[in-house]
Amino acid sequence: MNIKELEKLTNEGVDHLPLLERRTFLRAGLAITGLFMGGTILSLTSIRNAEAVTGPLPKKTNYPYKPHYTMVMRQNLCVDCELCMEACVRTNNVPSYGWRTKILERTRDIGPKEQETIFMPILCNQCNEPPCVRVCPTVATYKDKTTGIVVMDYKKCIGCKTCMAACPYNARYFNEEIRAVDKCNFCLDTRLTKGKKDPACVEACPADVRVFGDLNDPESEVYKLVHQPETTVWVLRPETGALPNVFYMNVVLDV
Amino acid sequence: MARQFSLDVTAEPEVANSLVKMMSFFFGLMLLVGVGVGLAGFVIGHDHIFNNTREVPWGLLISTYAFFAITSTGLCLLAAISHVFGGNKLAPLANRMVWISLITILSGFIVIGMEIESPWRMAIYNVISPNVTSNIWWMGTLYGMALGFILLEFWLILTEHYTLALVLGIFGALAEVAANTCLGGVFATLAARPFWYGAQMPVLFLACAFLSGAAAAIFFTHLAYIIRRRPMEPAVFAGVQAAGKVLLLMIILVAVGIFWRMASFYVGGVSDGRIAADAFFKGPMSISFWGIEVGIGLVAPVLLLILTRMKSLVAMSTAALMSLVGMFVARLNMVTGGQFVPQYLGYDNLPTYLDYTPSGWEWIVVLAGIGFTGVAFLQGERFFGKRFTENEAH
Repeated sequence: MNIKELEKLTNEGVDHLPLLERRTFLRAGLAITGLFMGGTILSLTSIRNAEAVTGPLPKKTNYPYKPHYTMVMRQNLCVDCELCMEACVRTNNVPSYGWRTKILERTRDIGPKEQETIFMPILCNQCNEPPCVRVCPTVATYKDKTTGIVVMDYKKCIGCKTCMAACPYNARYFNEEIRAVDKCNFCLDTRLTKGKKDPACVEACPADVRVFGDLNDPESEVYKLVHQPETTVWVLRPETGALPNVFYMNVVLDV
Repeated sequence: MARQFSLDVTAEPEVANSLVKMMSFFFGLMLLVGVGVGLAGFVIGHDHIFNNTREVPWGLLISTYAFFAITSTGLCLLAAISHVFGGNKLAPLANRMVWISLITILSGFIVIGMEIESPWRMAIYNVISPNVTSNIWWMGTLYGMALGFILLEFWLILTEHYTLALVLGIFGALAEVAANTCLGGVFATLAARPFWYGAQMPVLFLACAFLSGAAAAIFFTHLAYIIRRRPMEPAVFAGVQAAGKVLLLMIILVAVGIFWRMASFYVGGVSDGRIAADAFFKGPMSISFWGIEVGIGLVAPVLLLILTRMKSLVAMSTAALMSLVGMFVARLNMVTGGQFVPQYLGYDNLPTYLDYTPSGWEWIVVLAGIGFTGVAFLQGERFFGKRFTENEAH
């Protein structure tokens, strides 16, 4: 459009501007300011979360196990019913003072007087570079050669608790009855080796928060979720370099 | 000139006066009660008598072990250096330093032996299932080796095989340095704990070893003369002064290390490190940090040593005791500081700092370690005293 011709036109004013035009203009403005604000909001959040958002996703070459068992948490589907925790306790004989999986809760401001509650299920992240395995003096904990699951050989555990200090995820506890540290093993001994296809917590979840499968299989649901375009997938505490195998995401909810 | 070992040659029965007997009984009782509580803990369950939790799995017993192990390293190193390099006045203290190094590492083992949940499994699987990437494995193995070397060295000193003793002393010192640095590495390599993580920690541990070793050499040498109720020979006093100079130098080095370590948390990095440092600067640990670790452990000894120009034995000995207390508390501060910021801070209304206060039972087990050092020191003076007080360097 020629600017000189535009100058000859009379000013229409804004009184008769169609509503649709106004909205498009406002949306553009919000998008631009929102983009800048995005940086501000991100810097206000704690390092833990900001880093998690930008955490690197593993490449295909980083799935060294076959099957490479993984869990994807579709976090915003979680309603804190705790059926996963109950199923875990039942299946793995977890004592009352311990836990292998848990749901954490926090609230976040989403407006001046509005808050949302976030539920975050946690468990052992079955890391590719597990700090607990490196520090164990007696190889009482190790990566299962086939599945990459971090397992315990209870009889070798001396109870020095270095693995508990080394774990970035508080995934380990000392089990008094067996005098050894205990942890989640994706139900390897109680279900997977007995023909079941997923851990007890996955089966028990009524909201399909937890998705379990082989990250090495492009046809698996976990593979598709983790590699889904335009989806932010994050891991917890990526700065520790543990390369966890539990991934978190939020799904778009049809409201 | 090598001889067969005979207590007649090394013992000083006159040391065993009523005060020494009473103190030996007292320390022996501490040892017995502490070991009793520790052994009971295996049956009752550590979770029921110690205040450690899933979130804070390590506490007073680990820090006490580190304190004893670090002190042992320092003594062993200073003894070896005084023999190998010469040109210093520490030699008259050296044989006693070897003995105290031996008994402090044993004290450390007594305490950690009752902290570990199943030490009997350690005896088996450390040998048949070693993990060479594990700092704990290396630390245990190397301190075990060091203990063997120092035991042998001490036996050779008693039997006057001084050349061989020197060789064993060097082996012992190398094993102690390696073990000490692996102990630092236990904490320094845990990326999950920003307050510990970083390359500086192992060097700081080694610096603390020299500091604690010099302090222990001064303190125990002074005690040895107190129980004998006789003045220190000039050569021994010169040795104590030399140890005083080492102590002063190491306090300054350790203070520089602590300054940069604490400052580094405020210039970036993971926020958990800064939150932990806040607790020491201005939070719930500030009395322990400023008052004891820095005030009693570093500032006061420096002032005492400088103001008295190291001419007063009592002042040097007091400074040494203060810095040992400071080191003991510094280890506890370090161990708890790495764990008390919850890993999921922000969730579940977790407090900024998890509460860890050692239980009375934990303190009683610590007394077992102190009791052993006490009784072994006194009885060492009683049975091997002549080897400690001989002035000729070997």
